[in-house]
This record gives sequence, structure tokens and C-alpha cells, in this order.
Amino acid sequence: MGMIKAHNLVFEYIRRDEEGNVESINRAIDNVNIDVTKGDFVAILGANGSGKSTMAKHINAILTPTEGTVWVNGMDTKNEEKLWEIRQTAGMVFQNPDNQIIATVVEEDVGFGAENLGVPTEEIWTRVEESLKAAGMLEYRHHSPNKLSGGQKQRVAIAGIMAMKPECIVLDEPTAMLDPIGRKEVLQTIKELNKKEKVTVLLITHYMEEVIHADKVIVMDQGKVVMQGTPREIFSKVDELKQYCLAVPQVTELAYELSKKGFAIPKGILTVKELVEAINSIA
Amino acid sequence: MSSIIVDQLNYVYSPGTAYEKHALKDINLVINDGEYIGLIGHTGSGKSTLIQHLNGLIKATAGTIYYNGEDIYDKNYNMKGLRSKVGLVFQYPEHQLFETTVYKDVSFGPKNLGLEQLEIDLRTYEAVKMVGLGDDILDASPFELSGGQKRRVAIAGVLAMKPEVLILDEPTAGLDPKGRDEILEQIAKLHRDSKITIILVSHSMEDVAKYADRLIVMNKGGIVYNGMPHEVFVHYKELEKIGLAAPQVTYVMNELNNMGFSVNPSVTTVEEATEEVVRALSQTYTSRRKIKND
Repeated sequence: MGMIKAHNLVFEYIRRDEEGNVESINRAIDNVNIDVTKGDFVAILGANGSGKSTMAKHINAILTPTEGTVWVNGMDTKNEEKLWEIRQTAGMVFQNPDNQIIATVVEEDVGFGAENLGVPTEEIWTRVEESLKAAGMLEYRHHSPNKLSGGQKQRVAIAGIMAMKPECIVLDEPTAMLDPIGRKEVLQTIKELNKKEKVTVLLITHYMEEVIHADKVIVMDQGKVVMQGTPREIFSKVDELKQYCLAVPQVTELAYELSKKGFAIPKGILTVKELVEAINSIA
Repeated sequence: MSSIIVDQLNYVYSPGTAYEKHALKDINLVINDGEYIGLIGHTGSGKSTLIQHLNGLIKATAGTIYYNGEDIYDKNYNMKGLRSKVGLVFQYPEHQLFETTVYKDVSFGPKNLGLEQLEIDLRTYEAVKMVGLGDDILDASPFELSGGQKRRVAIAGVLAMKPEVLILDEPTAGLDPKGRDEILEQIAKLHRDSKITIILVSHSMEDVAKYADRLIVMNKGGIVYNGMPHEVFVHYKELEKIGLAAPQVTYVMNELNNMGFSVNPSVTTVEEATEEVVRALSQTYTSRRKIKND
């Protein structure tokens, strides 16, 4: 069994009035099946309201299914006895760095989660050091988080999750509020955790540029999984992506426009280098 | 006639304390009526500090700003008037929605201006229409709307003040590509139809390349580039050093140019790039055929 598995997952936000009568039902996730293999880097793309954040919240049991089942490392998220174990297995990083920092010194913030898990003090300090190093933030360990940039704060948040030694880390639009440098730093950190520490990564994002290095891309629309495949497979379907309110990187679009004009450019171009080579080879 | 002149503007945060920071250094700038300006620079470069000066939220440490020829730091200057003429839409403006209905929220500004009820109504309807929302939304609670809708309501609140200059600080942050395009198209339409001056603060080089007439690039509190997108993005190597970049297609064009293709390296949009590549490729085809025939 994979790291994360969802079987026929349905989730409904049910709104009730003061007497408890159902006022409205909003089906945010509609019969989703996904299977994430251990050690993979999986990206979930989708427009606002497509259900991707609701999906993320199921992975560490912040939400539990209305119908269907989610397993994290074989544990059913509905099993309340396993709650702590599930949350330790799948760590979560959110969009706004300012909402996730709680301590006044970076290293204390990073140790907070591990401390709550009851890890012995000495072990906590070893873990804090290791995770700060992995996130490239070791030199800031004695700094105040308030004085850090957005990208640095996000990396501190990631280090805090890493100190809990999760097998899987779920990131819900971690770069949405960052500038280009911050985005690059955070993505680099995520990629390294996946490669070096073998952490399974589930990255939720709007930015297509961020998913070109993923092993697999899942596209969601109106609560359903509508596309699944490698970044190349997904990005070769420019028109379909546009239909789901997503946009492709400029190079992919340029390649697509050229192939529409009859030039023999391969489908699913992802980088500047690939496009330049493709143009050069047909000239 | 130029509407904003920034003259030797300097701003120092917390002077005389350990946190003293020279946030703006000798800024000189002219913004003409009806221009669409893209303001870029990485976090901490001084963009937000600069735009808060433009409608008088922050007072400069030294230097001054002229709005339509008048010094805004003049003792008798009507600062309240300036704030209604220069509208500022902050980042995540939807966090500032507070009223119980969209109508009340959008009409809050005009009401504070002390306008007559009929004028308030007109402005509210018009502003909501300008951001592409229907009348039916006026009675809804702003908190029941989607993220993109909330943001438009917040922008409508500023538009209802009938500003001559609209400054938007990253209006598309956190929106999906479709929401982003919708907001940017709406702003472009506003610029075209009402001739309002736009200053767009953005982290997206692709977006400013597509929409702005002129780019202002800031770094460490100073202006490093000020020119048309084509002129500015030619310096992509220097831009990278200050934490920015050029649009992806500019890199493609430069690479191709280095390999000997005759394409214009200063291209910034997909449409232009397509044209350039098609032209360059058909040239090589023709020249080859010529060699063959010869």
C-alpha cells in the first residue's frame, strides 16, 4: 500500500441553521481516488474552489471523509486512536507563514512540535539542528522569526515539521505569499527534502512552474480528479488545462503556439533549455 | 500635464533607534496622467513604502511630492482630498471588508465623503459594475463570496471614491490563474475606459510585461530602472542579481539570439515571441532553399 491512499473519497460541507436543520450542502470532494507511493513528489493543481485544500486537510485528519476512506501509511484517518500517529506521519505546512510561527526564537519554534510529541530534550536539539540544516536555516537559529523574510519563515515552518520526523509532508500553497526569491528558496528546500531525506511530498499550488520537477501531477476541478500523469503528459494538454482555469508556463505556451503553426515542436515542453533545443533542431 | 512628481524623496523608519532603516533614498519620479505603471522589486526594496507616500499615508523624512502641481506637504494642502483622488488597494484587501452587505461596504467611502444619497447609490452601482460583478451581489454578505469576488468588492470600495490614480499592491496574490487574468483584464479595461492612472505592484514579471506601459524597478530603497518593459528586461542579468527575473520568453529569445538566430532579444510576451520565432525559422528555411537552388 502507498503512503497516502484515498478510496471513493467524498466530503461535504454541511451548513445548518440554529435549530440544526440542514441549510445547504456543498460537495467539496466528489468521489476521489488517489494513490501516492512512498518517496514520491506529487503535485496537486487546481483552481480556487477545486477542492485541493479540502483534500490536503484529509491527509492529516483535520477533516475526515463524509463517505469513502483515506489511509495514511495504512492507517484509516477515521480511527481516532491513531490520530496522533497520523499527524506525526503526515506533517502539514500552510500558506501564510505568519500564522505558523509561535515562538520568539527560531530554534524554539522548530522544536515546538517535537516537544509536544514527548521527544526527549536532547533528541529534540539534535532534530532541531538537523532540520534547520536541511531547510538551509541553521545560521538563523538564534534569530527572532519576526525579522525573517516570508521565504525564510516558510522554511522555518518546514523545519518545524521536519523535526517531528514525518514520512510525508503536505504543503498547501506554501509559496502563494512569497516573492520570486522566497519561492525559489522554499521550492529548493522541498525538492531536497524529497531527494535527500526521502520524504514523500504532496505539494498543492497554483504555480505551474513549481510542478515541473514532480514525479506526478494531479489536476482537480470541482471536487474531482480530472487529470493525472507526469508533468510532461499534463503540460502537453494546454487546451484542457485552460478549461480547468489553469495556465501553463510561458515556454510551454510558446511551444504550443509554434506547434499549432505547423512547426515540429514536441509536446509538453517544460523548460527554456528544452524549447531552445527544439527550435534549434528544426531550423 | 503630469499628475505626480516625486522630488528627492527620502524616508527613514524609526530614526535614532536600533531599528533605523533608510527605506527610500533620493527618489525622483514623474508619473503622467493616464499611464499604466508596473512597480517591481523584491521584498523589502521599498515599493510598499513608496506607494504609501503617494496618497499621504506616510510623510517623507525629506523631499516632497507634487500632485497636479501642488505640494502635498504644504500646510494648507487638502490631504483628505488627496486620499480620495489617489486610491490605494492593499495586499489581500478582502481582509478589510467589514460591513454586513456588499452595498454597505462599497458605499462606506462615498458616504464618508458626505455625498448625497443619490450620488452614493450611483457610485456604488457603478463601482460594482466596473469590477465585473452583477447588481444581485449588492445584498449579499461579503463573507459569503468566493475569494476572487471578495477581492473585487474590496477594489470596488476604492473605485467608488472615484480616484484619478489607482494603486494596487499585488492584487492577484493567492488567486488562481483564471482569477488572476480576470482581475488584470478588469484593471486594463478600467485603464482604457476611464483613463485612470494605474500603478500595479507585482511579483510577476509576465504580468507587468503584458499590461504596463512603463516599469519602475526598485532595489534597496532606490530606483534602478525606469523604462518600457522591453528596455528594462534587456537587463535580465542585472535583474537577477537583485532578486528579480525577466519573463521566461525573454530568456528563450536571448538563448536563440546567442545561437545565431536573428530574433529580437527584448521580447516579453508569448504573442511577440511566437511572431519572432516564426519569422526567424521561415528565414532559415528560405535561405536553405536558396542555397539548394543555387
